[in-house]
Amino acid sequence: MIFLQLFWEFFKTGLFAVGGGMATIPFLKDIAQRYPWFTPHELLDMLAVSESTPGPIGVNTATYAGFRAAGLPGAITATASLVLPSVIIVILVSRALDRFRDSSLVQDGFYGLRPASTGLILGAMLEVFAASLLHLDRWGGLATLSAVIDLPALAFFLLMTLAIRKLPRLHPILFILIGAVCGVLLRF
Amino acid sequence: MPLHPYLELFLTFARVGACTFGGGYAMLPLLQREVVDARHWATEDELMDYYAIGQCTPGVIAVNVSTFIGYKRRGITGAIAATAGMVTPSLLIITTIAAFIQRFAHLPVVQHALAGVRIAVCALVLQAIIKMIKKGVTDLPTAAILLLTFAAVAFFGVSPVLMIVLAAGAGIAIGLIRRRRT
Repeated sequence: MIFLQLFWEFFKTGLFAVGGGMATIPFLKDIAQRYPWFTPHELLDMLAVSESTPGPIGVNTATYAGFRAAGLPGAITATASLVLPSVIIVILVSRALDRFRDSSLVQDGFYGLRPASTGLILGAMLEVFAASLLHLDRWGGLATLSAVIDLPALAFFLLMTLAIRKLPRLHPILFILIGAVCGVLLRF
Repeated sequence: MPLHPYLELFLTFARVGACTFGGGYAMLPLLQREVVDARHWATEDELMDYYAIGQCTPGVIAVNVSTFIGYKRRGITGAIAATAGMVTPSLLIITTIAAFIQRFAHLPVVQHALAGVRIAVCALVLQAIIKMIKKGVTDLPTAAILLLTFAAVAFFGVSPVLMIVLAAGAGIAIGLIRRRRT
């Protein structure tokens, strides 16, 4: 039963995640909310592992999520289901390659899809951002605002954001490593 | 002795998958070397075409490109062999790491490290989102689509599948209206 659920959920993810690996995030968060397989908080761990290991990010996150749901068979099921729509669609499209690419219908569709995919990622990450950068559990009304703000975490986040913007050529793994070292040293 | 063609497709894409950090675009130089220069499975121009299509089809770009090349070489079985090769390194590496993290997650040192890593990943995701906004938000309608999808999933719990279908429909409708005007 769990394998049927995994198949269906990751088939949908493969079919509707448009625009690269990060586009799988909103679908994984949706899965995390509806099934007991993993928590939305673990999404960040999955992303960290996916960015710092070889392979396409979208495949890595699906493999990780499938593994958390049902071990190695779950990882294989999730990954196979994620790539199945790609295989079917690419085979169909390659028969009419130029007609497909130059079609105004496809181009218009992607005109709408690109910002939507970004909006979905932003929406899915909002809660995850808040959980990592704020002490939401301490919220008890406006008077508790200062207790909610996790100052060291926020300061580190701003520093990292600045560093990533200033040094866009450095590989993400480096920033993830810095995060791990600072996490241990500063006891986040 | 030459390798069986399906095995060669599988192994070539497994090598590309195992040596690429960061997915679709990071893979391009390696594909140029393996697929264009070493094996002549596609020309440079064809590879760029596959990338263009890989971006315009649903799913992971790296997978779409591998499926394309595999299909072009050896039909449907070739497509499956290339795609299986591309995802196999991920399966092996990720399951090993996920099992490892699960086993040691209770250690305080691992928890502190993961907390720091999560903050770094937040910053990386934010940077990726900024890049995507610069690429995808070009005018008022695209800005509105971004804000609406954001609000729908963040505050109203709308399913991402529904928003993707609506956004594609909206894009097509806007295109039709624009062409009718001109």
